[in-house]
Amino acid sequence: MNKIKCECGHVNPEGTVLCESCGKPIEENQHLDKNNKKKLLNMRYDGSARRSQTYNQSIIDKTWNFFSSVKVGVWLIVIALIASALGTIYPQEMYIPVNAVTRDPAIYYEAQFGLPGKIYYQLGFHNLYSSWWYMLLIALIGVSLVICSIDRVVPLHRALKLQKPKRHETFVNRQRYFSETKDASKEDINKFVNGLKKARYRIHTEDGHVLAEKGRFSRWGPYVNHIGLIIILLAAMLRMTSFMFLDEYVWVREGQQVVIPGTDNQYFIENKNFILETYDPENDERFRDALEKQNEMVPSNFQTDVIISKVTGEESGEPTLEPFIEDEIRMNHPLKFDGFTLYQQGYQLNEFSNMSFKLYRTDDEAETAIDTFTIDLTSPERTYELEDGIEIEVAQYFPDYVLDDGEPRSETNFPRNPAFVIRVNAPDLETSEVSFIGIGKNIDATGENQYKLGIVDFETHNVSGLTVRKDYTLPLFGIGAAIFMIGVIQGMYWQHRRVWIHPKNNDVLIAAHTNKNWFGIKRDIETALKDTDLKMVIDQQDEDEDEEI
Amino acid sequence: MTLVTLSAIFLYSAFGLYSIATIMFGLSFKDKETNKKKSLTGTIAIWLTIIGLASQIGYFVTRWIVSGHAPISNMFEFMTFLGMSIVLAFIVIYFIYRLNVLGLFALPIALIIIAYASMFPREISPLVPSLQSPWLPIHVSTVSLSQGILGISFVAGLIYLIRQIDQSVRSKKTFWLETILFTLFVFVGFIVMTTTFKIMDYQAVFEVDVMELGQERTVMMEYNLPAIAGPADGTLLTEGKLDGIISTPSWMQGKDAPTKFNTLIWSIIAGSIFYILTRLILRKRIGAAIQPHLMKTKPDLLDEITYRAIAIGFPLFTLGGLIFAAIWAQIAWDRFWGWDPKEVWALVTWFFYAAILHLRLSRGWHGEKSAWLAVIGFAIIMFNLIVVNLVLAGLHSYA
Repeated sequence: MNKIKCECGHVNPEGTVLCESCGKPIEENQHLDKNNKKKLLNMRYDGSARRSQTYNQSIIDKTWNFFSSVKVGVWLIVIALIASALGTIYPQEMYIPVNAVTRDPAIYYEAQFGLPGKIYYQLGFHNLYSSWWYMLLIALIGVSLVICSIDRVVPLHRALKLQKPKRHETFVNRQRYFSETKDASKEDINKFVNGLKKARYRIHTEDGHVLAEKGRFSRWGPYVNHIGLIIILLAAMLRMTSFMFLDEYVWVREGQQVVIPGTDNQYFIENKNFILETYDPENDERFRDALEKQNEMVPSNFQTDVIISKVTGEESGEPTLEPFIEDEIRMNHPLKFDGFTLYQQGYQLNEFSNMSFKLYRTDDEAETAIDTFTIDLTSPERTYELEDGIEIEVAQYFPDYVLDDGEPRSETNFPRNPAFVIRVNAPDLETSEVSFIGIGKNIDATGENQYKLGIVDFETHNVSGLTVRKDYTLPLFGIGAAIFMIGVIQGMYWQHRRVWIHPKNNDVLIAAHTNKNWFGIKRDIETALKDTDLKMVIDQQDEDEDEEI
Repeated sequence: MTLVTLSAIFLYSAFGLYSIATIMFGLSFKDKETNKKKSLTGTIAIWLTIIGLASQIGYFVTRWIVSGHAPISNMFEFMTFLGMSIVLAFIVIYFIYRLNVLGLFALPIALIIIAYASMFPREISPLVPSLQSPWLPIHVSTVSLSQGILGISFVAGLIYLIRQIDQSVRSKKTFWLETILFTLFVFVGFIVMTTTFKIMDYQAVFEVDVMELGQERTVMMEYNLPAIAGPADGTLLTEGKLDGIISTPSWMQGKDAPTKFNTLIWSIIAGSIFYILTRLILRKRIGAAIQPHLMKTKPDLLDEITYRAIAIGFPLFTLGGLIFAAIWAQIAWDRFWGWDPKEVWALVTWFFYAAILHLRLSRGWHGEKSAWLAVIGFAIIMFNLIVVNLVLAGLHSYA
C-alpha cells in the first residue's frame, strides 16, 4: 500500500484526497473527486480514501466499485419504483375479486381487460411482487446498501476522528463559506468563538486555530438508517421460511369447538356467538344523511365471542380441555395467546344447522304427518327410522346445491343451500321411492310416489372465519423500522456544521462547512459575529458557478 | 345552531381567511420593500393565515365531536385535512425562512385542495369496522402532515422553476412548466363546473346494461354534469338532458367509470378555457408573466427550502405512510404489507423521495433538477390520492 505522508506529518492511506488531519489537498489524487485547483473542494466524506475510488484491478474490486456507486443505487431504486408501479395497473392475482366469474388468472385477465390483460398475465405481472426478478431487484438494492455504506463509513469515521483544528490554508480558503479579515483583533476572535459556543458548538483549539463543530453524530444517520433497512430485508428473507411464520385459516360454527390449525392439536377454539351489527339510520342521527344516501347496510361490527381451551392431557383417546381465555375477536381487535394471534377475517351468515321434514301420503290433502325427522346438516345419518316401520335413506346430500349443466353438485362443503336425494322404504312399497328435496324444490322422481316429503322447519347458525397467525419475524421488522427511523431523523433533522478559524499573521480566515442546511449555519455565524469587526463569510459557490458560465 | 353548522362555518371562514391572506401576500410582495426587513402586509398575511388555520382546526375539532371519530375517513375529510397540513407546513417553513412569496403560492394550492375536497360527499359518514381503530387518526394525520410538508417542497420547487426557466424562447422546459400550471387550471375547472351544475341541480339518469359477475344487469346511472361522454350501451331516461355525445370506452372499468370520465372531460374543457383566457389577457406564457415578479427571490434559498422540506417530510412520511400503516394493517388485516395499490404507491412515493435524497449527494442535481423532482414527487402523491383512490380500487378506495 502506498501510504501518503502529508507535510503536517500525518500518514494517509492510499487514495486520500484531502489529508485526514490538516485537510491539505493531496496533489496526485485531486482527480478522484474532480477537484479543480481554483474551485471549491469537494467535501464529500471529507476527501478521505474510499476503497471504491482507490482499487480497480480484480473482479472483486470491480464488483465493489459497481455497487458502491450512488448512481447505481439510484438506478436500482428507480427501476424498483417503476416495477412496483407496473404491478398496480391491474389487480394482482390475490386481489381478483372473489365474486369474479372465474378466478383462474389464465382466463380472468384476458376476459376482463382484453389483450393488454393477456400480455400482463403472460409477462407474469399478475404475481409481480413475488417474481424472481422483483426479488432479485430488492436483493440488489440490499447489496448496494451494504457496500455503499461500508465504502463510505469507514473512511469518513477516520477523517472525522483525526481532524485537527489546525488546517492547511488551501483547505480553509477553498470552502464554500469563507471570509478573510485583515488585522483582526484577538478580542473579536474570542467574541466570535464565544458566540459559537453559545450556539452549542464544541470548540477545539490548537496554536490559536479553532475548530467549532456541532452535530457530528448526524453524519452517522445514513449508515444507521441503512442498517435498519438491512435488518428489514433480512426479516423479509426469514419470513419466507416457514418455521418463522404460520398462516392458517379456520371456520368455526356457532356452538362448535374445533382444534386450531397449526397448533399441533394443542389448542381448541369454541365459537359461542358471532355478531354482525349494522348502523341504524333511524336511531343514529349523526350518520343519517350519509346512510340514507348510501342506501345499503353499513356494518358497524364483526365479532366472534370465543373460548380458547388448552389441551392438558388425554382420557381414553379424547383430549382433556381446559378453557383459559374467554374473549371477543373483532376487526381491529385480534386475540393473542401464547404467540398465536387470531383475526376476525370472514363470516358466513345463516348457514343451515338442521332441517326437519315430515312424511305424508301423497293422496292426503291435509298433508298430515305420519312422522317427522330432523337431519343434522353437518353430519347427516345414513338412515332414519320412522313410525310404521318406514325407513328414510339419505342417498345423496348436496350441502351447497347447484345445478351445473343439468348435473347436480355441491359448490362447497358448507350447508348453505342443502338438498337431498332421499329414498323412502315402507312396508307397503315394493321398491323404494326416490324424492329430491331442497329449499324451494320438491321433485318426485317418477311422478307416482305414494309418499311425499315436506320441510317443516330449519335452524340456522353463523360461521366465523378466523385467521391464525404466528410470526416470529415481527419483532425483527419492528427493530429494523425503529433503527431506520432513528437513523433517518438523526441524518435529516440535524446537520454537521463546522467553522474553522485560521489566524494568518495579523489576519484571520474564517471558513465554514455543513452537510446540509447552509442557511442555518449562515445564521449561526451571523449571530456569533455580531458586534465584531470580523467579516461575514460569503458564499463562494455563487462565484464558482459564475465562472462556469 | 348545531355543531355541524358551526363546523361548516369554521371551514368556510378558514377558506375565506386563506383567500384574503393570499391577496395580502401578493401585496406584500409587490410592496417596494422599505428598509424594514419585515413588511407590514406580510405580517398581516401570516397572521391571517394563522387565524385561518385556527378556524380550520375549529372545523376539525367540532366535526370530530359530532361524529365521534377523527374526521379523516373519507375523500372530503382527508383532502380538507391535507389542505390544512399544507397551511401548517407553510407556517412552519415561513417562520424559518420568512419568505412571503411562498405564501402567495402555497395558500392557493391549499385553497384548490380544500375546494376540490368539497366536491365530494360531505355528510358525516360512519366508520366501517376496519377503520374503527386508534390507528386511523395516528396513521392518517402523520401521512397527511408529511404530504403537507412535501407539498411545500413542491411549492418552492415550482417557484424556483418559474423564476429560473428561460422564458425568452419556447422550449421543452417552458412546455412542461406550463403543463404544471395548466393542471392547476384543470382543478379549478373541476371545481367551477361541479359547483355550477350542483347549484342548477342538474340530474340526468341513464339506464345502462352492465356485465356484473358474468351476468348482464340493468342499472341506473346518475350524471350530475351534462353527459359529454355517456355510458356505453346506455339509454337516457331523463327528458331534455344531454344524451352522451361520445360513449365512454368500454375498457374503462368500475361502476362509476363513465361519470368519472365525463367529469374529467368537463374539467379539462373548463380548465382549458380558463387557461386560454388567461393567456389571451396576459399575451404570454403564464410562467413568463409571473417570472419578473420573482426576481427578488433568491434561487438558492428556494432550492434550500425545497430540499429542507423534503428532509423534514421524508422521515415523517416513512413513519406515517409505511411504519404506522404497517402496524395498523397487521392489527386489522393480519398482514403488515399486502401489495394493495395504495400501499404500492406509498412505496413508490417513498422510493422516489429516497432517490431525490441520494441524488442530492451528486453534483449537478441541486437547483433546477431538484426543483423538477420536487414537483414530480408531489405529482406522485396527488396521483396516489386521486387516481389510486378513484380508479385503481382497493382497500383504500373511500370515495
